[in-house]
Amino acid sequence: MSARERILGRLRTPGTAPEMPDVAGWYRARQRNETTPERITRLRAVLESVHAEVHETTDWPALLLQIATSKGLNNLLIGDNTPHGEHLASLAADKLTLIRYSEPIDGWRNRLFDEVDASLTLARSAIAETGTLILWPDASEPRTMSLVPPIHFALLDVNKIHADFDAAMRTENWQAGMPTNALLISGPSKTADIQQTLAYGAHGPRELVVLLCHTGVLS
Amino acid sequence: MSQIIHFDPDQDFKARSRTAVNDPAQRANFRGAMDFLQAKRRGQFGDQDELAGLRAIGAAIRQNSLAKLPELLELLEKNLTANGIQVHWAETAADANAIALGIARRVGARNIAKGKSMVSEEIGFNHAMADAGIDAFETDMGEYIVELAGEKPSHIIMPAIHKTKQQIAALFAEKIPGVAYTEDVDALIRIGRQVLRGKFAGADVGLSGVNFAVAETGTLCLVENEGNGRMCTTVPDVHIAVTGIEKVVEKLEHVPPLYSLLTRSATGQSITTYFNMISRPRQEGEKDGPREVHLILIDNGRSQAHADEQLRATLQCIRCGACMNHCPVYARIGGHAYGTTYPGPIGAIVSPHMLGLNATYPLAFASTLCGACVEVCPVKIPITDILIRLRNEAQAGEEQASLRGSGAGRSALATAIWKGWSLIYSRLGIYRLTSWFISRGHKLSPVSQGAWTKCRTALKPAPKRLRDLIRERRS
Ligand code: SF4
Repeated sequence: MSARERILGRLRTPGTAPEMPDVAGWYRARQRNETTPERITRLRAVLESVHAEVHETTDWPALLLQIATSKGLNNLLIGDNTPHGEHLASLAADKLTLIRYSEPIDGWRNRLFDEVDASLTLARSAIAETGTLILWPDASEPRTMSLVPPIHFALLDVNKIHADFDAAMRTENWQAGMPTNALLISGPSKTADIQQTLAYGAHGPRELVVLLCHTGVLS
Repeated sequence: MSQIIHFDPDQDFKARSRTAVNDPAQRANFRGAMDFLQAKRRGQFGDQDELAGLRAIGAAIRQNSLAKLPELLELLEKNLTANGIQVHWAETAADANAIALGIARRVGARNIAKGKSMVSEEIGFNHAMADAGIDAFETDMGEYIVELAGEKPSHIIMPAIHKTKQQIAALFAEKIPGVAYTEDVDALIRIGRQVLRGKFAGADVGLSGVNFAVAETGTLCLVENEGNGRMCTTVPDVHIAVTGIEKVVEKLEHVPPLYSLLTRSATGQSITTYFNMISRPRQEGEKDGPREVHLILIDNGRSQAHADEQLRATLQCIRCGACMNHCPVYARIGGHAYGTTYPGPIGAIVSPHMLGLNATYPLAFASTLCGACVEVCPVKIPITDILIRLRNEAQAGEEQASLRGSGAGRSALATAIWKGWSLIYSRLGIYRLTSWFISRGHKLSPVSQGAWTKCRTALKPAPKRLRDLIRERRS
């Protein structure tokens, strides 16, 4: 008998399972039926309370280039052939050096860690309750983009803010198929491991800059 | 079966506790940390009705999952396998390490970057790898500090909670080349970040724990603030996740309530910085992520708890640490005195299954049964009932013994005393005679009564029995 069979054998005991709670009902009863502006306000407040930088804009490329200049960035990592990335590229010209994530990490791991100043990715949606961005990284915007560079810019369409995590999963029907990696990101990386003193910039980005786009991410 | 014994002979628990309570600096560290964590948690649960509702949901999800555990594990395995994640089963700590070592050797790994995982502590992972010549290094800031100091975590959520920033400053200055003494916490974190960043890029294998394993989608969920967990599960070519068999939940919809209970109970955060949900290794065309993902499901005594109707509740635990944050005993003796990987109330009830009751029963007695842990446990584990049960198990005679190490705390003297007690209390004649002798001889009761009189006045029988007093009143 294998370890698997022995373990499962020990766990098989007669008896009936207690009833599962009505999770959907619980969250439904707590819905606030907010308008988009109300959700934006909530999302902003929570994100800012954990040191994220939040901007509302109708012209994100201009705003991003301006912030990049004020932060003194040497370069910005963008996705491989994404509509928003190319849109930025068409406007950035000589204002900011853009690096495209076009090769697998294996060939340029050290450069990614040592030379990239910041990155730009799209957030799929967000959660107002906890001040959370939802990212489903993919081939064009890989996982390390929101992790390795010290500054992470995230674009979010303001019409994609859910009330809570449960609503996000249900509305987007996650259980029908999960991506390789799904991420909830709520602020820049942090730690309180030294005498409970909060410090930002643990291993992930030191800064999270959220650009809330009022007119979609492509206009 | 080889076991990692973190626990020295049982009398040592008392000695260690005594040392700990006599260390004022360490006690101040723990007191400060406990006050801080308690206040943070309170701040999250202003709405008592919401808390009650959410706890009921959390407890029910965990109970239901445990009742269906074998089916859910099979479903999890099926879906993970379909997603390309390889599933392994380990009955013991040694088996788990052997499986991980097999993977590491096959891919020619020289080092392993570790995210925070209490299960890896439980199985003595780092030691096992070091013995095989593989450098397994910690990357969580707290774990890194503890590793640098050559210690073990003293708390399941905040491993370095016993240390002050001055101690950490001195440690960094001594152990990290080129680092000057600084008590500035931001500077200390920057140093840790710098050192570890260099190591992530060169890591061959990443190791992580698992907070929730979702059966219906085959998804591993990890909770963290620092980003080191994401580094370990994203940057190296191979990712190995280790977890106890109890961590499985049936559906994705069970994750939000449990995740909310976990972070709010643990550190008083409404959410952590990262929630990392992994369902596959790197797919064709994707540019990063590990090419292999493995999950090692570990029993290590958990099935013993599962088999017992009352003790099964132990496995509901989501490892939030709230029970230790609110425990008056833990606050005073700290995490190391327990001598087990998991300290505090949860440690007292879960360790007997991993290490045997013989090695751990004194922990069940290290409680006032005040119930603070039961009040805060987000999944409503009846911790005090389980402590009493374990106390009884420790005294159990051969006929009643049901756990590994049952009866280890049994002493001939105590057994004889209780036998006598039951004899006296079940025969009226003997009872009357004994109580008459005791009350009349009350002056002879000893002034020194062992531990009792160390900080209390001696117990003295009343000069007259209740029955004598009633008789006097009537006459
Ligand atoms: S026993 Fe309850 S309070 Fe203690 S760590 Fe587990 S879930 Fe948290």
